[in-house]
Amino acid sequence: MPARARALSIWDPAIVAGAVAGAVRKLDPRQQLHNPVMFIVEAGSALTTLIFLQEVLAGTGRPLFTGQVACWLWFTVLFANFAEAMAEGRGKAQAETLRRTRTDMVANRVGHDGRVTTVPASNLECGDIVVVRAGELIPTDGDIVEGVATVDESAITGESAPVVRESGGDRSAVTGGTRVISDWIRVKVTAERGHTFVDRMIALVEGAERQRTPNEIALNILLALLSLVFLLVVATIRPLASYAGAEIPVTVLVALLVCLIPTTIGALVSAIGIAGMDRLVQHNVLAMSGRAVEAAGDVNTLLLDKTGTITLGNRQATAFVPLPGISAADLAEAAQLASLADETPEGRSIVVLAKDRYGLRACEVGDRTSAFVPFTARTRMSGIDLDGRQIRKGAADAVMAHVREKKEEIPPQLEATVDRIARSGGTPLVVAECGRPLGVVHLKDVVKGGLEQRFAALRAMGIRTIMITGDNPLTAAAIAREAGVDDFLAEATPEDKMALIRREQREGKLVAMTGDGTNDAPALAQADVGVAMNTGTSAAKEAGNMVDLDSNPTKLIEIVEIGKQLLMTRGALTTFSIANDVAKYFAIIPAMFVLAFPQLGALNVMRLSTPESAILASVIFNAVIIIALVPLALRGVAYRPLGAATLLRRNLLIYGLGGVVLPFAGIKAIDTLLTLAGLA
Amino acid sequence: MLTVSLVLVFVIAVIVGTSIPLGRHIARVFEGRSTLLDPVLVPLERGVLRLAGVDAGRQHDWRAYARALLLSNLVMWLAGWAIVTLQHHLPLNPDGIGNMEPTLAFNTISSFATNTNLQHYAGETALSYFSQIFVVTFLQFVTAGTGIAASVALMRAVAGARSAVGNFYVDLARATVRILLPLALALATVLLWQGSPATLDGAATVVTLEGHTQIIARGPVAAMVAIKQLGTNGGGFFGANSTHPFENPTPLTTLLEIWAILAIPMAMVWTFGVLVKRRRLAVMVFAVMLALFVPLLALGLAAEAGRSPEPAGMSVGPVDAAMEGKEVRVGTALTALWSVSTTATSNGSVAGMHDSLTPLGGLAAMAGMWLNTIFGGVGVGFINMFVFIVVAVFVAGMMIGRTPELLGRKVEAREMKLASLALLWHPLAILVGTAAACYVWSATTGSGSALGWLRNPGPHGFSEMLYEFTSAAANNGSGFEGLGDNTPFWNISTALVMLGSRYVPIIVPLALAGSLSAKPAAPETAGTLAIDSATFGVTLWAVVVILGLLMFMPVAVLGPVAEHLAGG
Repeated sequence: MPARARALSIWDPAIVAGAVAGAVRKLDPRQQLHNPVMFIVEAGSALTTLIFLQEVLAGTGRPLFTGQVACWLWFTVLFANFAEAMAEGRGKAQAETLRRTRTDMVANRVGHDGRVTTVPASNLECGDIVVVRAGELIPTDGDIVEGVATVDESAITGESAPVVRESGGDRSAVTGGTRVISDWIRVKVTAERGHTFVDRMIALVEGAERQRTPNEIALNILLALLSLVFLLVVATIRPLASYAGAEIPVTVLVALLVCLIPTTIGALVSAIGIAGMDRLVQHNVLAMSGRAVEAAGDVNTLLLDKTGTITLGNRQATAFVPLPGISAADLAEAAQLASLADETPEGRSIVVLAKDRYGLRACEVGDRTSAFVPFTARTRMSGIDLDGRQIRKGAADAVMAHVREKKEEIPPQLEATVDRIARSGGTPLVVAECGRPLGVVHLKDVVKGGLEQRFAALRAMGIRTIMITGDNPLTAAAIAREAGVDDFLAEATPEDKMALIRREQREGKLVAMTGDGTNDAPALAQADVGVAMNTGTSAAKEAGNMVDLDSNPTKLIEIVEIGKQLLMTRGALTTFSIANDVAKYFAIIPAMFVLAFPQLGALNVMRLSTPESAILASVIFNAVIIIALVPLALRGVAYRPLGAATLLRRNLLIYGLGGVVLPFAGIKAIDTLLTLAGLA
Repeated sequence: MLTVSLVLVFVIAVIVGTSIPLGRHIARVFEGRSTLLDPVLVPLERGVLRLAGVDAGRQHDWRAYARALLLSNLVMWLAGWAIVTLQHHLPLNPDGIGNMEPTLAFNTISSFATNTNLQHYAGETALSYFSQIFVVTFLQFVTAGTGIAASVALMRAVAGARSAVGNFYVDLARATVRILLPLALALATVLLWQGSPATLDGAATVVTLEGHTQIIARGPVAAMVAIKQLGTNGGGFFGANSTHPFENPTPLTTLLEIWAILAIPMAMVWTFGVLVKRRRLAVMVFAVMLALFVPLLALGLAAEAGRSPEPAGMSVGPVDAAMEGKEVRVGTALTALWSVSTTATSNGSVAGMHDSLTPLGGLAAMAGMWLNTIFGGVGVGFINMFVFIVVAVFVAGMMIGRTPELLGRKVEAREMKLASLALLWHPLAILVGTAAACYVWSATTGSGSALGWLRNPGPHGFSEMLYEFTSAAANNGSGFEGLGDNTPFWNISTALVMLGSRYVPIIVPLALAGSLSAKPAAPETAGTLAIDSATFGVTLWAVVVILGLLMFMPVAVLGPVAEHLAGG
């Protein structure tokens, strides 16, 4: 679905049609109450309409002028509503597709007695066990408790290639609405009714649960202040002008008020917020709160896992370096035995290298009595116990600790070899048998292309990248240098990661990280921006405040950029909106007072033809600029990874200076058109 | 004109130059480091504190600090009001001046307690020497001290003081005894030497050359004039203020008094730089203030020095400079410098009648008070700029793609609420006040020739009312005059405006700084907004100018601009 959403153009006809209808529906004053700026405009529109009707019925005043002002004021409200409806419309289209997957799902619930009954998916409770067979939809979110299956998750991720899900480990979570393609699984339901991932996604893209973010609230306060100031300015004009004997019509005052209050940003502010979330959805990222999107823009530190993010994730064994007195073939054999049960790319590459170099066949060991020792984050070793042989392989310090535990000597050559490999950027994997070190397997990491420039760009934005790796410090340093990250955390345990995040936060920094495993969950929860991979466990997904459906850890960089772009768009349009007022003053004030003080014609620097045309041109400009800026609000301002000083200078020039100058030209042009058309 | 400009540039350069060491000195005093005058002044300060029973070791958070500020000001207000309404029965009244009428006393005490010094009376006929010394001069010291103390507390909060921002009473004593007192003593001595009187004898009666008898008012003038200028007070001993030769006897005193008007307000910016340990930031703020000051000065100067139309009823032809209402000894250039300085800084002393300024010269004076942050009143000018800085940080911060931060602390909803409140008060007081005055005037004054409390018709009359509320709201105190302002309407309305305009813009920004300082500070990186940069300086300047323009352009157009365009 999001894959298709990505293709939606801003002006998709279906969305535009829906938005037009939505714009009219949103005229309901109750809907306007949440936006003080637009509420004032709507009240002004209603007031001028009444004056227009009264003028028409009584045959007094200037109904043509009043009518046009009223008309354009209504358009101002409609344009603002349209902008919001456009932003919402894109989400609604996506929600519709999602909803279709949810309807009419049934579940095969396994009762306490083991009997399977078919129930509607909506009846499932947390903790229920369901069986899902090939071809069936998984009814709700849960963890696989038994079985392995390939699952088509395209309904959620847009990715058509099926993925493998199995019980235990970090690949056990399944999402309601996805389809089992082969085999069967038993799933324990983990989501409350109505709170499944798809439910949350629908609510999110529809904007139903949209709460204003802290910055948006603060901005709304500033906009309310400006509106109040202008309300004050306009409200005092009548008594002030009464001193000079000037009678200022209410229509003109309403027009001035609407022109002065920050309608441009007021009209677009919620559209900007919705569009920011939508941009994330288009990048296949689901943010659980708008707060997280804003926080992403403020991030000071990015924690990136080395594997899969900075390197391609498949370190390859490239050499066996035996210790003196041990033959390379012996080392290779031991390393291969220790790797037989190791399904990681590294493990497989050791088996393959041993086979290629020394002709050792993996299957030869298959029938002997053996016990595999799996890798854990704590021991950071794996291996095999086979016919009395205890073979271990793992990180240098872990194996050395193991050797010391067995009261065996650590030959100096071992440390030298480990150092040499590590310093070259490789990963030394030490192999030991019964506590006696045999030698080192040289694993090499492949750093992804193009990352160095991205890290440099982040640095320019003031964001520090820290690489997290289980490697030893030397290896980590070499890769960190190659990839161009600012810092690294080597030999990292989940506790180290947590401690690092806490330390950064104590210094007032905001930290972003990605993670997928259950042991990442505490760190994901602690980080200010925690992006969980969709392939990860439900614990990780619960802990983070964003989920990346593509499970691409590099996405963190885009998320930061989207967060920044959201704030920049708000700031740029606020500046533009306020800067616009200068020209409007020069259009309306002479027009308003020129009857009482003819000399004020000198202030009519734009040489607008009549007072009516000047006021009308300002009101029209004020309305039209909203529509003109809708694409900018939805797309966001152009984002470039520059330092703060350069960004500020650029945006000030474009939106500040541009905002002062543009309306002078715009109002003059509209005034000319109005005069030509004989409307004022 | 060129020579005049060069002289003015030199004068301003000297004032700016001397403000730097003065600012550092003020910072030293408040940081508790030793200064040259310690041997004399520290015991005096301790004595004052002990006398008042202040526990100097106690630290206040911003709330307690604000409470102490309000309480002490209330006590001084009540005491002052009691003295002037009973002055006839009190000593030091050689000229037998009567008690002050209650609404005028309400206005007068509110005016001096708020560092405004708006005077709806003439000192020589309305106040006894006792009132001049123990009410007016006393309040001129302590209200200036209050402003300095409040701004220092704000600076400490900005610098990151988490909870304690200082002890108000200690800060007040330090500001008054160790900063204002020695400066005022020195200045008063020079004034005395130059011819200002300092006596408790009653008015002198002399026989003129023509044989007439003339009564010449005098009194303890020199001491009051010194603190009037240094503390951005502005309230003169005489109704004619510094146009009176006893308040400003010589060209030297003219220059010294201009220096005294600007010195401490300028110095407070440098004090800020030292207290928050950001010199560059102080330079930026100072540059922004100077960049607001210079255009206004240029406008005032050009307007006053330009040819003015033939004065009504005199067949002398157009005159080369607008000399009407100016003290000949001071001249147009220095009057322009004085009028722009005194309004920019919320001082309010005058060396020429502002009612007689050309319309644009009057506009320059009013604009300084509308912005009210171009150096501003001692202490409070910087506090006002702080609010503008918060707003500018908010807008600029978003434009660089981050949640806005001020020195690493996030500017969020609560801060924007407080900044909004502080910003809203000023236009509210001026616009609503002037609108009310226009309404009352229109309702009570018949059409035709009747002018009511105005002395001039048309836009100039409008400016007279606008200026009065502007001066009250900016705690400036200068009068445009030409307004019959000693009426219950003006006495009460301007007193209320002065009180609100003093305490809202002190307490609210203090709360704002307190709210910011409670937050954790993020470290500065290439991605954070450098608020000491020239780019941010331009942003801040534009925010001040545009907000000021948007708030006050309609009244500016109805008053001075309309008058100017009619005359041109």
